[in-house]
Amino acid sequence: MSGTRLLGDVSVGDTLPELGVDVTPTTVVLGALASRDWRPMHHDYKFATERNGVQDIFLNTPNQAAWFERYITDWTGPKGRLGRMTFRMRTSVFPGDHMVFRAIVTAVGTDDIGCGWVGLDVTLAIGERVASTCTTRVALPVGENDNPWRRGVDDWRPN
Amino acid sequence: MSADTLPAAVSKMIGTPMYEQTADFDVERSYTYNTCAATQNGNPVYWDDDVAEEITGGPIAPPTTLSLWMRPHYWQPGAAGEQVALKVHFDLKELFELPEAVMTDNTLILYEPVRPGDRISHHQVLRSVSEPKTTKLGTGRFWVIDIEYHNQREELVGIESYTGFGYQREGAA
Repeated sequence: MSGTRLLGDVSVGDTLPELGVDVTPTTVVLGALASRDWRPMHHDYKFATERNGVQDIFLNTPNQAAWFERYITDWTGPKGRLGRMTFRMRTSVFPGDHMVFRAIVTAVGTDDIGCGWVGLDVTLAIGERVASTCTTRVALPVGENDNPWRRGVDDWRPN
Repeated sequence: MSADTLPAAVSKMIGTPMYEQTADFDVERSYTYNTCAATQNGNPVYWDDDVAEEITGGPIAPPTTLSLWMRPHYWQPGAAGEQVALKVHFDLKELFELPEAVMTDNTLILYEPVRPGDRISHHQVLRSVSEPKTTKLGTGRFWVIDIEYHNQREELVGIESYTGFGYQREGAA
């Protein structure tokens, strides 16, 4: 995880370091249970293959969100605060897959109350296959004394 | 698809807040540790109380854990059958007689941080239902469900939107 990344450190077109993760059955089951997702396609091979018609158990949605969060905040540092995240799961992620997260900065700026924001396009790829795409808006400090987490109801506009 | 071509039971769901519920248990830190362990997330906000105090004013839950606080226990006394989250999704599967379903899209908009000790409430709103579609999984419909989450102080903590695809596998009818 990086230290505190400031808005001024970031430019449109910057790329984030890749993150590679080998997915095992434990990855899938641990993530499902951590997110209290008891649906069987995330832990029961026979259900996933025979009922859902897919090749194996697969990562559940909230856990995939948590992986995106981890990837993004590894880069921002702990003062990075997610505002909005949208992702599309084009294909599922299965045990045996090697996930690679990549991202590019698409926007850098401040809103009219002075909060610094970075836009990111993130991909989760399995080899040549893009399994998920994600767009996110994350707040970064605009200076050493700024902290997006200290923004409250009146000065936090994540959308 | 316009709402008036859908079954009446579905049309009347669109735009109507449903399943207003409060969680069965308080937000607690073990799920923060479980989530961070599952994703190898070393963010010190979640592991170091001094850092949490300095940056987030005390411990918080990872923002993307928003939905887990409203997920029912797998079993509890008096409950019959499978306990499921996102009931509107399962209502639609039943109404359209689509036995299988997957989620395809998820949006999270994050407001006040969720903290240990909070008690989260939510409601679900069906936003739209597509015409019948065929994908490699089978034939069915896409639907969009929004969920709004509040804490015990009635502060908005997040809005989530799911796109689900309920389907019948080819040859399985």
